[in-house]
Amino acid sequence: MDSIYNALCDIVGKEYCSNLPEEIYIYSYDLGTAEPKKPDYVVSPRTVEEIQKIVLLARDKNIPLVPLGGGLSLAGLAIPQKGGIVIDLKRMDSIIEVNERARYAVIECGVSQGQLISYLKKHHPNLTHSEPGAPPAATVAGNIIIHGQGDLAHPYGFSSDMVLGLEVVLPSGDIIRIGSCALGSGWFTIHPLPDIGLFLGWCRTTGIITKLSIKLFPAKKIRGTGTFVVEDEELIPEIIYKITHTQIPEDIIVYSRAIPPFAKGLHHITVNLAADSEKELEFKQELIWDDTLGEYIKNDLGGYLGFTKELERPQISKTSDYKKGGGFEYVGGIMPIDTYPQCYIRGREISEKHDIPYTVTARIIGLAHSMMFAWTYAFNRADEETIKKAREALYETDELVIELGGVIWKPGIYGQRLVMDRLHPGTKNLMKKIKTIIDPLGIMNPGNWELL
Amino acid sequence: MFELKFNQDLCYHCNTQACLTKCKFMDIDNATAKNEILKIVRGEDSFVLHECVTCYACEEYCPYGNHPFYLIVERQEALGITPQPLPLVKRAINISIPFRGEPEINEINGPVINLGAFSQLKNKIQGKLFDGLSIISSDERKMFHYFCQLMYLHYGKISLIKERLPNVISTITKHKPAEVICFHDECYGAYTSFCNAYGISVPFRPVHLFEYLFSRLIKLRDLIKPINIKVAYQRPCSSRLCPDKHLYVNRIFELIGAVLVKRQFSDENALCCGLTIQGQKKEGSRKRALEIQRKNIEDIEMAGAEVCVFNCPACFDTLSIKLKERNIIPTFMSDLCRISIGEISFNDIKMSG
Ligand SMILES: Cc1cc2nc3c(=O)[nH]c(=O)nc-3n(C[C@H](O)[C@H](O)[C@H](O)COP(=O)(O)OP(=O)(O)OC[C@H]3O[C@@H](n4cnc5c(N)ncnc54)[C@H](O)[C@@H]3O)c2cc1C
Ligand code: SF4
Ligand code: SF4
Repeated sequence: MDSIYNALCDIVGKEYCSNLPEEIYIYSYDLGTAEPKKPDYVVSPRTVEEIQKIVLLARDKNIPLVPLGGGLSLAGLAIPQKGGIVIDLKRMDSIIEVNERARYAVIECGVSQGQLISYLKKHHPNLTHSEPGAPPAATVAGNIIIHGQGDLAHPYGFSSDMVLGLEVVLPSGDIIRIGSCALGSGWFTIHPLPDIGLFLGWCRTTGIITKLSIKLFPAKKIRGTGTFVVEDEELIPEIIYKITHTQIPEDIIVYSRAIPPFAKGLHHITVNLAADSEKELEFKQELIWDDTLGEYIKNDLGGYLGFTKELERPQISKTSDYKKGGGFEYVGGIMPIDTYPQCYIRGREISEKHDIPYTVTARIIGLAHSMMFAWTYAFNRADEETIKKAREALYETDELVIELGGVIWKPGIYGQRLVMDRLHPGTKNLMKKIKTIIDPLGIMNPGNWELL
Repeated sequence: MFELKFNQDLCYHCNTQACLTKCKFMDIDNATAKNEILKIVRGEDSFVLHECVTCYACEEYCPYGNHPFYLIVERQEALGITPQPLPLVKRAINISIPFRGEPEINEINGPVINLGAFSQLKNKIQGKLFDGLSIISSDERKMFHYFCQLMYLHYGKISLIKERLPNVISTITKHKPAEVICFHDECYGAYTSFCNAYGISVPFRPVHLFEYLFSRLIKLRDLIKPINIKVAYQRPCSSRLCPDKHLYVNRIFELIGAVLVKRQFSDENALCCGLTIQGQKKEGSRKRALEIQRKNIEDIEMAGAEVCVFNCPACFDTLSIKLKERNIIPTFMSDLCRISIGEISFNDIKMSG
């Protein structure tokens, strides 16, 4: 009998542990082009204590550990590169506290985007969080851990900028807390204790986040999207600069794609606006469409396509699948806004070279301090040749991000190497030391960020 | 290329110049109107070509059926006057390029209903009223093969209609339809008014949806339970291309016992929904569109309507949220008729949005 399997069953119960080939298979791949790798075990714990015990077991037996949320981050990030135990965190799904007045929520790491949105709608209609365009089954924690961006990224930045407290199980099995919750005084702030920025963006190589507190924001009564269409890509940085100067939108996205044809060669700038009254909404609309963008309309350079109330969330996932076969993966680059024209032109070239209809999308982050520019490549799951083409296109795009002076967001292994090769030696050294102290056996997600 | 049959002599001798004097978007007296329409006839620039918001109404105002609106669009295109900014024109040109392969042609040899570019509205043509009809353009991915193209009248691109419409007609004809019921006024206007004006031959018999609904309701008369509710009708711009079918609104309402409320903006005096105006190049267009929408909504509310009925999906999309905010139920004519024969209820409509 498999003693590790038995030990895991003792921790979480038989029904939440598996080493059956058909179940393990499901955890061996993600939606993208990454090569599948099978784990040896899958467990689904319900408590922090169970997670702690699993970590201690893995440490004692020197077995790799890979935490998994919704598994929707693509790029193979939650694929067990070296086998081991996948910890499926979906059962850690309690919404522990919502503080209406201080506008924050304390949640467990398995709470999904859809769950939080519907909970807030029902119990706290005046509050919302920054929701990414991912399918609703993606977890809030998964998005924060990878420095994702949601539909409030324009005013408030990356999702990870909205963290107010963390509880983490370290690879040693220790449980730690960061932020005001470490003093036992509630989960309302991450500052002003000394900064321990060790768990966000480390691609789960430093610990398993079990609880987190995130900022919530006012949910206005009316939310909707207006669209502005521009042909000349060179105008986009200037237009974005002007729109963000108003400090009014909740979210700004620019997209262009070959299919459907209306979007080809054009840049659709979607601007989400929110208001509590018609008066407030019209004030905001006037400032944006008439006062800020009116000159472009007059000069035949841009066109207002209208405003639709009743925001459909999430928006991006609905339109990602226009090609036969249902597969897609993207490279996201965190880019300076000024690079938009180059990102677009070069992205089109890469797509056309690989015979893939081009799709590019940019989300503006933090008042245009940067943008997440996504180059998406569709492929047919049933056709190995198209997967290969998409993979090649993704690698070329990783290189493009670096060439254009950007930072690859949630890179896969190929992109991770590009980043590591260029990282400041002092920085790399410090990161290595930290990783060695925190995870001396290297059990956390080995294979990813290998050089660490 | 197809040429517009426009009789300029009629304009020389016309006493009313109703095409322009009735225009709701320009304040023009008879003398100016005569002057300007003759300038347009001669191919000269006129402020009308710049001020026109493309509401289609002058097609109906002209008592001689002389197609002043088509002429205006011809001249806008010839002189490079596009009402919409160029990026929106390019977008519009691209929007109806089919991209999902060829349509599947099956020979029907019977009556068909054509959804045109509104395949997503299949649920509006269900039940006994549509029994025995085959649907063409039911596949959202291929609907642009059936799209009548007339929307380019809003974009100063009449040449595109002349270029693409014959292919659409040929696709529909391949289905061997006995008659084609047009779900949208615009399609009907394309295969009747526009094709007549340009001498484009249409080998099938187009039927307006309202005329069809009326004849079906007559047959299903026994099932009708009077609706007895106050209903407003929002007339779309494309209905100006077939004013002879507008009378079916009254006929249908009488038959199903719906009370057609008296609106200020009705019949010839209708106001469009403003959708096409909001993005136009002319300064203040967005506000102008909002103002038109406000007027329409207030008019519908003041008339005491509990329900507002549409035939055009674009008007529906533009006004429905605003109507719901005032507790007025927006719906389609086909659904209103289905309510009268007990197939669905107002509640179903409210629930389905
Ligand atoms: C159609 C589509 C649209 C998308 N749009 C967006 C978008 O607009 N914005 C955006 O930011 N992202 C987007 N994404 C990417 C991604 O889906 C989201 O960021 C998502 O929130 C990731 O969450 P997840 O639960 O799926 O993460 P997972 O893929 O499960 O996990 C992400 C990473 O974190 C690790 N991890 C998960 N949970 C923990 C934990 N508790 N502790 C430690 N490590 C953990 C995993 O090992 C993995 O490496 C999109 C994806 C798709 C498919
Ligand atoms: S188009 Fe008609 S209404 Fe206008 S001037 Fe000519 S004939 Fe008269
Ligand atoms: S289309 Fe409308 S706006 Fe244009 S001239 Fe005719 S009536 Fe006036």
